[in-house]
Amino acid sequence: MTVTSVDKDYDKLSLTLVADFPAPSDAVWELWADPRQLERWWGPPTYPATMERHEFTTGGTVAYYMTGPDGEKFHGLWELTEVSPKTGIDLIDRFADANGEPDPGMPVTTTRMRLTGTAEGTRMELSSHFESRADLDRVVEMGMEEGLTQAVGQMDALLASTPVR
Amino acid sequence: MTLALPSGPGVTCNQMVVDRVSEDDVDRMLHALADATRRDIVRRSVSGELSVSRLADGYAMSFAAVQKHVAVLARAGLVSKVRRGRESLVVADPDALARARGALDALENEWRGRVDRMAGLLADISTTGETTPTKGQDE
Repeated sequence: MTVTSVDKDYDKLSLTLVADFPAPSDAVWELWADPRQLERWWGPPTYPATMERHEFTTGGTVAYYMTGPDGEKFHGLWELTEVSPKTGIDLIDRFADANGEPDPGMPVTTTRMRLTGTAEGTRMELSSHFESRADLDRVVEMGMEEGLTQAVGQMDALLASTPVR
Repeated sequence: MTLALPSGPGVTCNQMVVDRVSEDDVDRMLHALADATRRDIVRRSVSGELSVSRLADGYAMSFAAVQKHVAVLARAGLVSKVRRGRESLVVADPDALARARGALDALENEWRGRVDRMAGLLADISTTGETTPTKGQDE
């Protein structure tokens, strides 16, 4: 398995993930630094990402959107607080509106990524945390709402009318 | 941005996620939702806090029958009951730890998905010597 370890700290609202790739660090770096490659892994196949702006330098911005199955676009914005070519990135990821402006009502995650060479290839260490507990709650609420809507919709379709006793 | 979906072919924005739930959990949830009244109870409890008796007012059935539906939903983890004074409120609202757990689990799954895709791309690159173009996401 590529993912070597995952640690979650529920008090610090953070996630630490270690992945080992049997590939040189240059290649792993390019997955992030090349917008065409980034598009191929950032979003899941059902919500592919399209990079609109990709200023991959310290202080730069990456603007993107993800397209859902029904064509709906979800915009996001990275603020790159640190870019050390071939070794690491610090970024703040925010939701954005259709004009690419950050949405202050939406959750913010801060992510640090570091690459180191190993005998077998490259280790990627990733730590990501939510800014606040309110952000966590928001994430769960959105998930619940959407998940419930979806589940209820599926059930509605399956059971057009269920007799109530 | 992270939108976590607790079930289904998971989806989020920015940090999209498939939540890992056991098959038993899914079964319980589907069973709980396989009833029009229970689906309605879930909808009404997501929007606010209602007592079982307030919920029961909306249906042509006994308080006890509504309470039974609420119990099925509670076992599926879709709602929980919170005491306030003499009332028992039905809320689709897990406690703080469960929330943290849910969001971090979502983030974990999202990153696991990303790492898998990254590994797939790296394997493509090492076999073909270059990246194969994606099917037209560009307009």
